[in-house]
Amino acid sequence: MQDIIEALEAKRAHARLGGGEKRIETQHAKGKLTARERLDVLLDPGSFEEYGMFVAHRSHDFGMEKQIIPGDGVVTGWGTINGRQVYVFSQDFTVFGGSLSETHAQKICKIMDLAVQNGAPIIGLNDSGGARIQEGVASLGGYAEVFWRNARASGAVPQISVIMGPCAGGAVYSPAMTDFIYMVRDTSYMFVTGPDVVKTVTNEVVTAEELGGATTHTQKSSVADAAFDNDIETLMEVRRLVDFLPLSATAELPNLPTDDAFDRREDSLDTIIPDSANVPYDMHEIVTKLADDGEFLEIQREHAGNILTGFVRLDGDTVGVVANQPMVLAGCLDIASSKKAARFVRFCDAFNIPILTLVDVPGFLPGVAQEYGGIIKHGAKLLFAYAQATVPKVTVITRKAYGGAYDVMASKHIRADVNYAWPSAEIAVMGAKGAAEILYRSELGDAEKIAQRTKDYEDRFANPFVAAERGFIDDVIMPHNTRRRVIRAFSTLKNKRAQVPVKKHDNIPL
Amino acid sequence: MFKKILIANRGEIACRVIKTARKMGIATVAVYSDADRNALHVRMADEAAHIGAGPANQSYLLGDKIIAACKETGAEAVHPGYGFLSENAAFCQKLTDAGIKFIGPGPKAIEAMGDKITSKKIAAEAGVSTVPGHMGLIADADEAIRIATEIGYPVMIKASAGGGGKGMRIAWNDAEAKEGFERSKSEAASSFGDDRIFIEKFVTDPRHVEIQVLADSHGNCLYLGERECSIQRRNQKVIEEAPSPFLDEKTRKAMGEQAVALAQAVGYESAGTVEFIVDGAKNFYFLEMNTRLQVEHPVTELITGLDLVEQMLLVAAGEKLKLKQADVKLDGWAIESRIYAEDPYRNFLPSTGRLTRYRPPEEGEADEGIVRNDTGVFEGGEISTFYDPMIAKLCTWGRNREQAIAAMAEALDEFELEGVGHNIPFLSAVLGQERFREGRLTTGYIAEEFPDGFAGVELGHAELEQIAVFAAAMRYCDLIVPLVSPEWAERIEREEVGLLDPAHARQAVLIGDERFDVTLVGAAPDSPIGAFVGQEVDGEPTHRFGMDYLPGQKLVYALDTHDFTWGLKVNRRTMGYRVRTRGADLDVKVLPPHVADLMPLMPVKTPPDLSRMLLCPMPGQVVRLDVTEGDVVEDGQALAIVEAMKMENVLRATKRARVSVVHAEVGDNLAVDAVILEFEDV
Repeated sequence: MQDIIEALEAKRAHARLGGGEKRIETQHAKGKLTARERLDVLLDPGSFEEYGMFVAHRSHDFGMEKQIIPGDGVVTGWGTINGRQVYVFSQDFTVFGGSLSETHAQKICKIMDLAVQNGAPIIGLNDSGGARIQEGVASLGGYAEVFWRNARASGAVPQISVIMGPCAGGAVYSPAMTDFIYMVRDTSYMFVTGPDVVKTVTNEVVTAEELGGATTHTQKSSVADAAFDNDIETLMEVRRLVDFLPLSATAELPNLPTDDAFDRREDSLDTIIPDSANVPYDMHEIVTKLADDGEFLEIQREHAGNILTGFVRLDGDTVGVVANQPMVLAGCLDIASSKKAARFVRFCDAFNIPILTLVDVPGFLPGVAQEYGGIIKHGAKLLFAYAQATVPKVTVITRKAYGGAYDVMASKHIRADVNYAWPSAEIAVMGAKGAAEILYRSELGDAEKIAQRTKDYEDRFANPFVAAERGFIDDVIMPHNTRRRVIRAFSTLKNKRAQVPVKKHDNIPL
Repeated sequence: MFKKILIANRGEIACRVIKTARKMGIATVAVYSDADRNALHVRMADEAAHIGAGPANQSYLLGDKIIAACKETGAEAVHPGYGFLSENAAFCQKLTDAGIKFIGPGPKAIEAMGDKITSKKIAAEAGVSTVPGHMGLIADADEAIRIATEIGYPVMIKASAGGGGKGMRIAWNDAEAKEGFERSKSEAASSFGDDRIFIEKFVTDPRHVEIQVLADSHGNCLYLGERECSIQRRNQKVIEEAPSPFLDEKTRKAMGEQAVALAQAVGYESAGTVEFIVDGAKNFYFLEMNTRLQVEHPVTELITGLDLVEQMLLVAAGEKLKLKQADVKLDGWAIESRIYAEDPYRNFLPSTGRLTRYRPPEEGEADEGIVRNDTGVFEGGEISTFYDPMIAKLCTWGRNREQAIAAMAEALDEFELEGVGHNIPFLSAVLGQERFREGRLTTGYIAEEFPDGFAGVELGHAELEQIAVFAAAMRYCDLIVPLVSPEWAERIEREEVGLLDPAHARQAVLIGDERFDVTLVGAAPDSPIGAFVGQEVDGEPTHRFGMDYLPGQKLVYALDTHDFTWGLKVNRRTMGYRVRTRGADLDVKVLPPHVADLMPLMPVKTPPDLSRMLLCPMPGQVVRLDVTEGDVVEDGQALAIVEAMKMENVLRATKRARVSVVHAEVGDNLAVDAVILEFEDV
């Protein structure tokens, strides 16, 4: 028996070495950790249980039969993050460049199936050269099996992708279908076709970093949700994200007990709205002053800065925040911000995370580029997402809520549950000056008259009370009491039950 | 006594005056500009009158508006504070003509002392010792050079109407005398509308020591000891103290008596300050007399127990001083730190914006000291571009200098201020310096001790180790909350185990290049926690400490092994904390040891080389560009002038280099960090 045990130990040790010392050194020289080191950082110490350590490929072509490395380029299993269960796979670049074979894919599929069955998140650490070319179509089939499971798991359990090396070609579509993508700066990239192909086909000369690096995807393409400086920081940020999320669509919301009093007053919010409607302020300050301990985990921070999305805790409970940001493009809704917020609202609704919406929106961004780009359909995404969301929704209008954008931003009419306004709120079809200029077009030549008309419009509509008279606003609240009021509003919604008509699924304007 | 007074000022000094008036049962009227609509002094006063737009010359400098406000509100007297109209004889005269009492000296005294040349003549006549210099007006740069040569370099070139460092320059040679004269003249013209300039001997190793005088309208005059204000940055006072660590009783008495003689020579009444420059041999020379309440008056109040504003009000109401010189006793030691909205890491450039967080240390008497904070701001308030960037005057009192310094160091660590750049780290740095603690001060202190500017304090190994222990304990608290370890919480509840969960008790703390392996060991709720740093051995822990940390707390008090209290400003980060204390700003990573082991594998990312660029240090307009592409510039050479907030800022080369690209033109309005020039190696 002792011999057998020793033999097992030896086999394990061999498997743990992956592609061998030399390749590990190369991996380290690039500033990257190995697949197993990454799991050590990601998971609680001693919590990882590995499945499929001895899985090997079955390829006999191109000399592959002579190269068998147990595990076949991916480490899979489950572990815990701060005590909560998660399923993980971590591609091993030291083994066949992390390339995906039929068996490699099967290992991933196995833990995905378990995750869905057992209601726990899936975290994939991607570091792969792509398909195992020696296997041909078997590898492609493997990808598709993973894709199918990504789609199937979507909305059932949270799926998080971490891009920690190359991720190119068809391989990008698995992360693309997950809920969150985190990238490592300078050592990861994602693209459908690489720089060489791009040069051949379109004659564009571009580096891998420019084409699909972390900066590109967090700022321009919005493919990635966040990027960090190195492997360790990125994995620690994944831990932080998981702490906010429920384990599945049917699991309870996590609650982190806090010493931050639910009724903490923030007198400084009484002075945050500038005297002039044209002066911006930083919406981050409101979000962090409402949140427990000032903690705000922002999603897509570097993309479409005119809207903020992310997670906070209110009295311990996770809450998703969507907030217009007056500092960028005056906080207007445009294609990018509508898509960003819509996707976030859908995630929250899928996982029963209540949504707090902070509104200071002057309207939709005008322009040919916006219309040609389909702002109608993209703006509709956000409207649709909010209208369809059945999670508790609390809305606070801090300043402007103009026109159609007012309706979109979780208004009463599309079934937000509790709608508050600060005394500084202005709920109107448009800004007073614009309104006066349309209503009194004949007086346009007379600046004085228009100024008077503007003032009349302002006096009538530049306040929250017209909307409050109609019940569109449930109450006008003191800015300094916002934290208390919002937390109490959410507490009334804990047992909210919303009826949805029978249907197969909705048809969001994609 | 007056029933109602108006305070013709803003900010902390307006608030300061209101406090005393209220204590004396006098109603107060504040005045405010558009920019100060929501200011603290407006909230504090019983009534407030709007007097115009944001810029001071459209509001706080408009004497007529203030007089109108007095009439409207029925204020019987005006306290001018400092700055603005406080030393404006014409305003004082107009008030008097309108039958409103000016709480300060009469217009004659203001006029006599307001002009540097006249005041020196009067001082010399009154037997006050003065600096050798040229009293007359100077026609042009050539004359300036001739006079400078006569007096002997170094010389000081000053605007006759100047103050607060504006229009003031030191010249060590002819070229500098020429440049200094021209610059001072133009700055004096634009700042004071009076371009008269004079030149005097520049005293080496100088200390700035000033005497507080107090006179009534019945000819009585006292001196209330001195203040040392040698810690100055570009002639702007930063840290003041009373008494001076340098003066002896004999010098104090001599200076005090001369100051009184001068005050009496001009028929002075109210509080005033006679400024002297003192050299290494305790020779002292008259500089100027400030005919108003000084910014730094609180240190005098703290060591004399007097309320100077109260005294000013009593004198203004015609009362006789109750004190005699013999009654003036100096008790203990007081220090004032001026907290400015300026970024010490960016060469002290003014910073403006919203105070997103403002939590000063608690005021009052504690243990063996007093903390006092004079301010005109509040959390959520605005530091506007229109006025002086001073946020607060933090003062501490102790029985002796050492205690006053210790109290100040602690109070600075407890001062929470976010939203605008501020000089608290720099003040902490000065307070922590051996030279400051030994009292070896000169007005060149900051230039000598921080020749390359300020980049934060570098703490020693033992201090970092102590911070590492605190950080490990904070991390432990963050991790132990029930979400993280629900079973453990239950087991503590059932008293199966002590407070420390071994899974989280071992932490590796990384600060800069240093790693500290910390193991926390058993603690009862009320007793200090123990910690081992490095290899755990049997016996006594290497550190014993106490902390009041709760997860998310931003200001943390901790008690170290030596019973010394630390104030730590803490911001949680994913991998640890940002910790600010004692002038240091640290990224403290707290990681499980096995993760810390992997950290050395992470690539080091270097930020772009900013030394190859000249960046615009603040939003402003380029008013001069001295170089073109291809020029070779020397270290210290002036490259461009950016005007911001009415100050001309000369941007200089920091090393020898060739200008490779010029990005800006004269007249461009640039944002902060906009690239003006790029350099290449010569």
